[in-house]
Amino acid sequence: MAAAAASPRDPHGRKRKCRPGACSGWVSPRRFPAAVCTSMDCYTANWNPLGDSAFYRKYELYSMDWDLKEELRDCLVAAAPYGGPIALLRNPWRKEKAASVRPVLDIYSASGMPLASLLWKSGPVVSLGWSAEEELLCVQEDGAVLVYGLHGDFRRHFSMGNEVLQNRVLDARIFHTEFGSGVAILTGAHRFTLSANVGDLKLRRMPEVPGLQSAPSCWTVLCQDRVAHILLAVGPDLYLLDHAACSAVTPPGLAPGVSSFLQMAVSFTYRHLALFTDTGYIWMGTASLKEKLCEFNCNIRAAPKQMVWCSRPRSKERAVVVAWERRLMVVGDAPESIQFVLDEDSYLVPELDGVRIFSRSTHEFLHEVPAASEEIFKIASMAPGALLLEAQKEYEKESQKADEYLREIQELGQLTQAVQQCIEAAGHEHQPDMQKSLLRAASFGKCFLDRFPPDSFVRMCQDLRVLNAIRDYHIGIPLTYSQYKQLTIQVLLDRLVLRRLYPLAIQICEYLRLPEVQGVSRILAHWACYKVQQKDVSDEDVARAINQKLGDTPGVSYSDIAARAYGCGRTELAIKLLEYEPRSGEQVPLLLKMKRSKLALSKAIESGDTDLVFTVLLHLKNELNRGDFFMTLRNQPMALSLYRQFCKHQELETLKDLYNQDDNHQELGSFHIRASYAAEERIEGRVAALQTAADAFYKAKNEFAAKATEDQMRLLRLQRRLEDELGGQFLDLSLHDTVTTLILGGHNKRAEQLARDFRIPDKRLWWLKLTALADLEDWEELEKFSKSKKSPIGYLPFVEICIKQHNKYEAKKYASRVSPEQKVKALLLVGDVAQAADVAIEHRNEAELSLVLSHCTGATDGATADKIQRARAQAQKK
Amino acid sequence: MAAHLSYGRVNLNVLREAVRRELREFLDKCAGSKAIVWDEYLTGPFGLIAQYSLLKEHEVEKMFTLKGSRLPAADVKNVIFFVRPRLELMDIIAENVLSEDRRGPARDFHILFVPRRSLLCEQRLKDLGVLGSFIHREEYSLDLIPFDGDLLSMESECAFKECYLEGDQTSLYHAAKGLMTLQALYGTIPQIFGKGECARQVANMMIRMKREFTGSQNSIFPVFDNLLLLDRNVDLLTPLATQLTYEGLIDEIYGIQNSYVKLPPEKFAPKKQGDGGKDLPTEAKKLQLNSAEELYAEIRDKNFNAVGSVLSKKAKIISAAFEERHNAKTVGEIKQFVSQLPHMQAARGSLANHTSIAELIKDVTTSEDFFDKLTVEQEFMSGIDTDKVNNYIEDCIAQKHSLIKVLRLVCLQSVCNSGLKQKVLDYYKREILQNPTDISYVYSGYAPLSVRLAQLLSRPGWRSIEEVLRILPGPHFEERQPLPTGLQKKRQPGENRVTLVFFLGGVTFAEIAALRFLSQLEDGGTEYVIATTKLMNGTSWIEALMEKPF
Repeated sequence: MAAAAASPRDPHGRKRKCRPGACSGWVSPRRFPAAVCTSMDCYTANWNPLGDSAFYRKYELYSMDWDLKEELRDCLVAAAPYGGPIALLRNPWRKEKAASVRPVLDIYSASGMPLASLLWKSGPVVSLGWSAEEELLCVQEDGAVLVYGLHGDFRRHFSMGNEVLQNRVLDARIFHTEFGSGVAILTGAHRFTLSANVGDLKLRRMPEVPGLQSAPSCWTVLCQDRVAHILLAVGPDLYLLDHAACSAVTPPGLAPGVSSFLQMAVSFTYRHLALFTDTGYIWMGTASLKEKLCEFNCNIRAAPKQMVWCSRPRSKERAVVVAWERRLMVVGDAPESIQFVLDEDSYLVPELDGVRIFSRSTHEFLHEVPAASEEIFKIASMAPGALLLEAQKEYEKESQKADEYLREIQELGQLTQAVQQCIEAAGHEHQPDMQKSLLRAASFGKCFLDRFPPDSFVRMCQDLRVLNAIRDYHIGIPLTYSQYKQLTIQVLLDRLVLRRLYPLAIQICEYLRLPEVQGVSRILAHWACYKVQQKDVSDEDVARAINQKLGDTPGVSYSDIAARAYGCGRTELAIKLLEYEPRSGEQVPLLLKMKRSKLALSKAIESGDTDLVFTVLLHLKNELNRGDFFMTLRNQPMALSLYRQFCKHQELETLKDLYNQDDNHQELGSFHIRASYAAEERIEGRVAALQTAADAFYKAKNEFAAKATEDQMRLLRLQRRLEDELGGQFLDLSLHDTVTTLILGGHNKRAEQLARDFRIPDKRLWWLKLTALADLEDWEELEKFSKSKKSPIGYLPFVEICIKQHNKYEAKKYASRVSPEQKVKALLLVGDVAQAADVAIEHRNEAELSLVLSHCTGATDGATADKIQRARAQAQKK
Repeated sequence: MAAHLSYGRVNLNVLREAVRRELREFLDKCAGSKAIVWDEYLTGPFGLIAQYSLLKEHEVEKMFTLKGSRLPAADVKNVIFFVRPRLELMDIIAENVLSEDRRGPARDFHILFVPRRSLLCEQRLKDLGVLGSFIHREEYSLDLIPFDGDLLSMESECAFKECYLEGDQTSLYHAAKGLMTLQALYGTIPQIFGKGECARQVANMMIRMKREFTGSQNSIFPVFDNLLLLDRNVDLLTPLATQLTYEGLIDEIYGIQNSYVKLPPEKFAPKKQGDGGKDLPTEAKKLQLNSAEELYAEIRDKNFNAVGSVLSKKAKIISAAFEERHNAKTVGEIKQFVSQLPHMQAARGSLANHTSIAELIKDVTTSEDFFDKLTVEQEFMSGIDTDKVNNYIEDCIAQKHSLIKVLRLVCLQSVCNSGLKQKVLDYYKREILQNPTDISYVYSGYAPLSVRLAQLLSRPGWRSIEEVLRILPGPHFEERQPLPTGLQKKRQPGENRVTLVFFLGGVTFAEIAALRFLSQLEDGGTEYVIATTKLMNGTSWIEALMEKPF
């Protein structure tokens, strides 16, 4: 296809200063045909002016090698924006069921590389379209929407409503908004239904258009204030459908005489609208229909095949591209249009910053020449960027003109601007050689600047390297710089992953030094998820291959990959993959889901997270019968002890069963002891529980515990009898307190008997009696007791307890019997400081002497104090 | 606000700020007025992180204690339960939610689990049919709480019992999580040493968790050089003996809870002449004890015998300072005196408080019983008659001294004798069974084994004591956590190492004092930051070990 510039103002006719270097003289590789300049022609040869202020250029992206058998016009065509894939459905309208003529769905990359091909076995398709996630939506006549992946893999389907079943779908559009991709359909009943986001399907049935008898001549989806509307044309009238109402609208400044609208086009950003009328007149204005931008009369009354907007973000220029069978026209706010001849059946794909045009043999891009490029390359341009590019060329030729040009820029103080212009223009160039020339010029200019921040230059070099890589024929994503920036690197990586171009994606991540979690790790994880779906590879090999590639790459979730494997029915592989998952919190739930509870248990234990262990345990408890559950526990001591703690607080009976099964008689004994206090009210019940405990202790060979338990049983029975016979409160007193209570009640005989029966040690019995008798202030009995035999606790406690009861008189009785080593203390207690001093002196004990001295108070003990001091002095002399 | 946390080599205020931020973020998630329902156990530790004023700033209008039946009325939009993940608490919460008055204005419920969310608890709430009632269910990872500039505690009183007796390593898991949080804030600790089974497990969990977190690279320059993990059961003796430092004694006698102590009020009554002892305050005097108080920082770790002289010296200095006012002649001098007045008054107040506390303690330490008990302890530790039934213990039982005191002494004797003879043990058991009571410097002359281990690690290293280490229970180990080259430390000459010593199962104030002493040694070469599952003494330790009656 030859680009025939049919503008009356031929750029070649202008005065021009053709810089040799500005013409690209590279040899094109096979897949990159030279479309810009076929000879040593000037760089601007393919620039076409529209009006006074803008140029449009068209250059080839790829020569298509897709060997199409049909004409495009015989296919349903859908091409995704942002250099996305192309889907063709051949023979969509054939009604015969014969296999040979069944529709075929083919998917190609933008460069025509086949990605998938499948026989269409489902119902008749009305329309195709790509979602923002590059999923192919096929809208069937019956309202079903079938969703396919890039590689022809069926994903899911949904319906546009039951109502459609009867009325059929006449027409459908797939559109993109900030919320995602939507579908709008027109039914046989001339009603519209739309869903603004197929990811979160909510069908909205639009209101009826009053009096609509036939299908509208054309319609489109508008998106205003974040809500999708439908604009449709019926005869000379336009209607806007929002979710509440249908209203007639009139474009301001529409030329008279229109009896029908043949085409309408909304711009990429939904901001502008173009209308093509049966008078060959094109109205261009805002999508809100509040303002007219311009109009154009092309004098062609035939309905165009396609009409799309061709504008660039932040540019003031507005233009639409209109295509007929053999003619392409760019019209805008200018009296003349740019016209091209179409050699072949072509298809237009609107993009953010231009229009892609593909046919059987070529794929081209048509866009407004960006400002920076225009500044640099426009004929006779004296813009700083243009001069800098020239200077660099001269410099390479070792000509002194380089200096002249450079001085010119510097004198105007425009070197920074020149460098920026060259960098920016490089971004908009499709050919690597031209990119390089511009970047070389920028680099050259930078040398003469003191403080030019390097980021913009470095980033542009990186971006272009990425762009050139993905534009390659084999990859086939012809993104422009503006599209790339709008799409973001993250989405681009997603798209490479979608195309299973994992190595390139990883190279890009590494080259751009993206953080691993967002970059390499994420891509490897996607690769692994793809890998597990390869059913012909054995579990071992897949698991090994994945682990070899992923290793401990940070941010890779093995459990996600395992979940995917499990989803594909490869449980064994999932388990193998989970082995590599370091996070138990992720590992365990999936294992449980896969019914590998025992494995889950050991993983939970490994993690040390007891909550996780408990979770698995309770799961196991429900899953297994009791015997198996207990056996499992037996092999996992940590789990067993945790479960025991759980039972102690939550399920006492189970605890008993656990001990029983382990023949843990010691714990069983303790269990029954506790039960005798907690569960039983009646004496008989308590004694019975204690008996069970004692039996258990015997089995555990814990004689002591068994005997102690029996003693307690005996004591309980005895206390009961005491209560019956003597009245008062005995139950639950300790043995010691029982004896004390008996003494306090005057039942000395019984107390003695009890002490003997239970073998209370002599010493404690003495303490007991001493305390009880002193409490009773039964001094006579106490004295008798003290003389009953030699006290095993000495006599100081007698002195102490009398003093405590404020009976110095009684205390003195015992002081004399206190053993020599405690005598001083006793004498001091009864207040006999003088005698205490004598004893201390006699003992020649320094500690005792100080003790007595500290008790000497004032005048009364003055003499004693002196005596001690003298004794001390004497002791020191010796 | 919490200046005492930033005095040390490691600014623990960073940790405090981090947990405060987390708390604020959670509170702000529940927009509107709030009431907090507290698991009572948490109020103490939370007090160290956030005062009521912080909560109030975030629209917390009411606070209740978690208990059964219906929640008290409160005209708030949100009700937030701050709870430990325990099943019995879930039951109470469910009861609260289910008995909510439907006629009243609807309130939003939320749960904040401290320190971790629990699937088990959520399952319980689900079984009780209330899980859906909670809008936010989150966790607040308050593992290690900063107590002082060099001291962190998890305040988990059951940690020892759970880890060493019940085989429940929940608190070890929390300890490991807490250490990960610390490393996130203070950099990866390059070397980990440890002694004991639990230490081994915590180190394993840390290494495992580090693997889980790979990717979120930690680029903080490491503040700690070493981590020393010590099992409490490596040294069971130390906490059983009576602590003899000032702080240790306050804890032994009155119990320090979350850095607060409650003291009998009599000694703190304002002294006025002719008051005649009327109007004595009846409410316990509550004091906060930390290094923010200059005087306390100076005397806390001293042997109690040395405290008296410091206090009297301080008294002289302060009264001299007050006397200065007579010398102040010029306006400038008076002005300078006045400017120092608030500080002097604070110092005087502090001195008065500690003089009173010292008097209270002295009453105890000079008692005959205290002396007797100490004598027995020292005899045991010197290995005297540890294999026989001890007279003093016997008398304590006969005289109905507190059960814990008796048990503590029996345990001490047992540890010193490497286990009691069966006959002796049975005798004690019988005695206690027959007469139970109601269940209702540094260590003078003895250096704690735990602290010795830390000291020997720093110099000359554990390799020199392999033989000894082998006698102690549990494995000893060493792990290195690789650091990126950029973060490796080049130590300046004379710059001390910082070692974090983590006591798994509790630590006493006296042990802390001993480590602080090592930190202060000029040629010690190492400064210590101490972390533990619980600040404890022998009494609180045994109390936690006792089976709770049900």
